[in-house]
Amino acid sequence: MNNEHFSEPAFVSARNACKLCSPLGACFAMHGIEGCISLIHGSQGCATYIRRYGISHFREPIDIASSNFVEATAIFGGRNNLFRALDNVTQQYQPQVIGIASTCLSETIGDDVSMYLREYLSDAKNGCRPIIFYASTPSYRGTHIDGFHEAIYAAVCCMVQKNNNVTKTNRINLISNFVSVEDIRALHSILQSYQVPYTLLPDYSETFDGGTWEEYQKIPEGGTPVSGIAAMSEAAGTLYLGKALNPERNAAYYMSEHFHIPAEYVDLPIGIGNTDRFFDVLNGMTGSPMPDIWTKQRSRLIDAYFDGHKYCAGKRAILYGDEDFVVAMASFLDEIGVIPVIAATGAAGESFSRRIKESQKNIQQHLHTETKIMSDTDFATIMESAAELEADFALGSSKGFYLTRQLGIPLVRCGFPIHDRIGGHRILHLGYNGTLNLFERICNALMEAKQNAAPSGWTYI
Amino acid sequence: MFKILNERRQQVFEKGKDDYEIECEKASTAGSVSQRACVFCGSRVVLYPVADALHLVHGPIGCAAYTWDIRGSMSSGSELYRNSFSTDIHENEVIYGGERKLYAALNELIERYHPKAAFVYCTCIIGLIGDDVDAVCRRVAGEKNIEIIPVHSEGFKGVKKDGYKAACEALFKLIGRDGKTPLTADLPDNKAINILGEFNLAGETSIIKDYYRRIGIDIKTCFTGDSSVADIGKAHHAQLNVVQCSGSMTYLAKMMKEKFGIPFIRVSYFGIEDMSKALYDVAEFFHDSGIMKRTEDLVRSEVTKLLPKLAPYRRGLEGKKAAIYVGGTFKAFSLVKALRHLGIETVVVGSQSGNEDDYKYLKEITGEGTIICDDSNPLELSRFVLEKKADLLIGGVKERPIAYKMGIGFCDHNHERKTALAGFEGMLNFAKEVYATVLSPVWKFSPARVFWRMDNEQ
Repeated sequence: MNNEHFSEPAFVSARNACKLCSPLGACFAMHGIEGCISLIHGSQGCATYIRRYGISHFREPIDIASSNFVEATAIFGGRNNLFRALDNVTQQYQPQVIGIASTCLSETIGDDVSMYLREYLSDAKNGCRPIIFYASTPSYRGTHIDGFHEAIYAAVCCMVQKNNNVTKTNRINLISNFVSVEDIRALHSILQSYQVPYTLLPDYSETFDGGTWEEYQKIPEGGTPVSGIAAMSEAAGTLYLGKALNPERNAAYYMSEHFHIPAEYVDLPIGIGNTDRFFDVLNGMTGSPMPDIWTKQRSRLIDAYFDGHKYCAGKRAILYGDEDFVVAMASFLDEIGVIPVIAATGAAGESFSRRIKESQKNIQQHLHTETKIMSDTDFATIMESAAELEADFALGSSKGFYLTRQLGIPLVRCGFPIHDRIGGHRILHLGYNGTLNLFERICNALMEAKQNAAPSGWTYI
Repeated sequence: MFKILNERRQQVFEKGKDDYEIECEKASTAGSVSQRACVFCGSRVVLYPVADALHLVHGPIGCAAYTWDIRGSMSSGSELYRNSFSTDIHENEVIYGGERKLYAALNELIERYHPKAAFVYCTCIIGLIGDDVDAVCRRVAGEKNIEIIPVHSEGFKGVKKDGYKAACEALFKLIGRDGKTPLTADLPDNKAINILGEFNLAGETSIIKDYYRRIGIDIKTCFTGDSSVADIGKAHHAQLNVVQCSGSMTYLAKMMKEKFGIPFIRVSYFGIEDMSKALYDVAEFFHDSGIMKRTEDLVRSEVTKLLPKLAPYRRGLEGKKAAIYVGGTFKAFSLVKALRHLGIETVVVGSQSGNEDDYKYLKEITGEGTIICDDSNPLELSRFVLEKKADLLIGGVKERPIAYKMGIGFCDHNHERKTALAGFEGMLNFAKEVYATVLSPVWKFSPARVFWRMDNEQ
């Protein structure tokens, strides 16, 4: 595998970034908590840009408040603005929970939000108040994915029940990743099938994908209940989807340290191997075998692999997105004989290259071909690297559209964001059914491209 | 029931009920969920369409990522502007300064893309960490022999309008760079104008330029739709600046008036009256009977073509109600008139950044009971829309779910739009857009409207 060439980015600048800033991830995770509104401590623009970015993907209202820095705030500190924002948000939205995400601006001027919060909460007039938690998310550190996990960490630290005589139960904690609303619904189905109490955090499956409203909902229904987060300390185990995490600053680690709850980190359940491992862990934690319904789904997926394997055999893909997503997708592609000629992520991390290599067994053994593994990269660099690679299709968000247009290949949309289609937030990726969905999308995109390119076409194959 | 925040009471006005000046031009209330963006956004959207310039956002990744491809501005030439370049500042630069990274980024990008000029946008933290962006720009400009213009658009240093101003200042630095003495209005054969505040969304600049050319007016430069650095350099050769979207570009027009003596007028290209007036006003300025005659012919021919086409849409839309929430009030003025042409009454109208005069004018042109609001938010807008039973909300992507969630029609009139809405043909597109949404059969499933129907039947 030749990836050394790409270990150092050729450009110091980011050209068409393949990542977003950490307050975005933090806010989205916060909206997965019941009755929670997010508040960005910084300029108005941060909240508005993040809302706009999210609205284009989810096509749902996403109200994010801002403490609205002005020049004087940057000089004298954000305390007063934060207090006013908390007052106003509480008055207008009557939230159960307010999640605060910091920004590059508030962090650079050295605002100590935790200290402000202690002061705010100790003021008697703020007695009847929502739960307030704070995630430190300066956008110069990490990506939206880091912000996402940091917000989960902050929420758990703040809200989990901490008294010493918590009775352990058979509850399962499932901490999700930055996945689609349909993925979260699939995780609910899986957890429900084991018939044990569980906490699925975060859960924006309703808040970011609800039905119609008779009048505007200040905070949409749904989300992980506060009581569910509190009860996480009584669980038999925590299952964390994803491994691109700070090893000592994540919610599962926190609970293992403080409440001795075993923590298991698994790759996203995309592909049969990953999904099997996910179920194995669940079986172990619950002490129950995998319910039949999933065995049938698994078998149906394998049947589909058999039916479709030739349409994707040996095809070459450009794969990009967030680290955990790309790693899981690479493992899935390896199962179906697709070669990711590029596996790319915008985040800088040493684990990415190793994890991609570990996920690729078939390609290394049989196909003797190489994947360009690119971390800390961007779409311009991906394009420049892709020029000679004769890719057949690309897999990832809408932001790869120009890449595929230039190369004249199909884009199979998945991940985040899907800004140029409707329903992009409802794409199912996880579990056996999610894998089936992705497999069919890939085969059909390749079949369509071949059919359209054929001189006279055909109507059956 | 939701209550408007005390600090915002005077920013909301109901005609016929309230009697005060609408408060405006103030910073957004903390915690109010304003629909506004920031100073950087103002600069970015104004400069974005300068197609062959390098647009480098100096700061952490978010600001560049969220503005990648954000505008529907088209270019007939270079596509360089479509890229999103960022210095992608990390913790290290926050501590030790970002100048070296900026220097390296400018160098590599100029070598790779050969831009005709570069804009360097300063984001929130750049001022705080003490980067001397001007010095870096000067240095690279000297080394690479191109104009590199710092845009001081730190997000918190005001509101979006301040970003427009920073963008105008940046553009102003490029004007007159061709080294030629400006021509003046004394030269009788030269009938040239600049268009300011037109951004070629969905190719609108081409439509407008075509009208002016047909009446015998030459377009020197359009700020900034489909423009190049060279176009901007020769803008001082025009005899008149025609300013649309006055919020963003009047400042540039004033600077050009002062330095080059170029007068300016304000126009709008939305709706039949305003589009016609935009042509007549320019024709009148040049005191040329030929131009005036051609203008009359053009307007007559376009309107004669357009009206019969509009008629079926108007028949369907007659009596419907609209809510408007847009960035600048000038667009709101035109929309109120254009909607009236379609038989639609405006019941709610607001903007992110109107001034006192703007709101006075809105009070004049709207009917009794209309709600006028400044720097509103989703809770207020949704309440107004339901209270006034609007069939349609006109706004941008951020406003869209407010309408759709409750089963109300929506028309995107913001800078992301992919349909040309300016000019006479734009008016037809506008009618089609509004018709398609307002008269869609899907609204029969709208829960909010079930209540309205019940109300009406009682």
